[in-house]
Amino acid sequence: MAEIQQQADSGKGGKKRAKKMSTKIDMTPMVDLAFLLLTFFMLTTTFSKPTVMQLNMPVKPKAEDEKSEIKASNAFTVLLGENNKIYYYDGLLSADVKPELVASSYDANGIRKILLQRRQANPEVVVLIKPVDKSNYKNMVDILDEMNITDQKKYALVDISKADEDLIKTSGL
Amino acid sequence: MPKVKPHRTSPSLDMTPMVDLAFLLVTFFMLTTKFAPEEAVVVDTPSSTSEIRLPESHVITISVDKDKRVFFGMDDAKPKLDLLTRVGAKYGVSFTAAQAKTFSNLSSFGVPVQQLPDFLSRDNEQRKALRQPGIPADSLNNQFIDWVVEAQAASRKEFGKPAYIAIKGDGNADVPTVKKVIQLLQDKNINRFNLITDLESKPVAGK
Repeated sequence: MAEIQQQADSGKGGKKRAKKMSTKIDMTPMVDLAFLLLTFFMLTTTFSKPTVMQLNMPVKPKAEDEKSEIKASNAFTVLLGENNKIYYYDGLLSADVKPELVASSYDANGIRKILLQRRQANPEVVVLIKPVDKSNYKNMVDILDEMNITDQKKYALVDISKADEDLIKTSGL
Repeated sequence: MPKVKPHRTSPSLDMTPMVDLAFLLVTFFMLTTKFAPEEAVVVDTPSSTSEIRLPESHVITISVDKDKRVFFGMDDAKPKLDLLTRVGAKYGVSFTAAQAKTFSNLSSFGVPVQQLPDFLSRDNEQRKALRQPGIPADSLNNQFIDWVVEAQAASRKEFGKPAYIAIKGDGNADVPTVKKVIQLLQDKNINRFNLITDLESKPVAGK
């Protein structure tokens, strides 16, 4: 490619003298340019596309009576408190039943273990996630992520009720 | 015994294929590069173990920052012009061609539609310096959902399918704001959300 061979013009059909002119082109600037461009594009390329976590919310029921009720024995509630706190209790909260609130943590030996235990004991368990208004979005993503890690199929983001907030307050955890 | 002299050849390599390769790579990068868009707001996303990648195109990004501000962004330039006229018509705001062009190059914004013409008329430096209040997204003045609905409609018209909606929340954003966004979208029967996160490694069982 870079070698240009000049063929002598054989006009009269006389001597054919192949003139060998080996033209050597200095490729250095060319390489410089190429690599300059290459580094520029390599540095400006966005490498890591962000990942997304999918969250499917239930379709809003048309009427109030279409809301699905869950059995208290299958319910497991996780409360996300402020300042990265996390609590859980078994069963449902009602006026006459006050379940025991337990504090936990986001690390591997905290809520994850509990979730796995509950699922072993009862495969039908439904996790209700209730973030307090002062909790931050990172906690919400973390707990949804725990659902993915523990392969929990049934879970729901639920609005926190007054009773839940009172439970946190009175437990003093 | 005469010494045997090793025959030394000067090693001159032909660089041509190397240059070819280099330029091949250059052209490849040139053609495939998409420059990182400039965001109106810096959002530090939390991390998760989810490995689903964000699609390359037709994405609507809803950013929520830690000051409860909501931003709207869309990556396709063509439906954006359509979107701007639609939303503008709804609120009785008209835009010049220059403003529309600026808008189509903007990756995300967070100003009420009434302030948008003024915002688009400024030059880039001024626009960066301006603190954007976020798009109003409450029940009294719900411009945010109009942007989303119209963007979906514009995208459908352009590509035959609605855009992919991604929510990009700051790790320190408060849950009520994110929930409000989710509920607004649910009111419009959008029930599948994609929360943009950073990748973290999955924990290994047995630890």
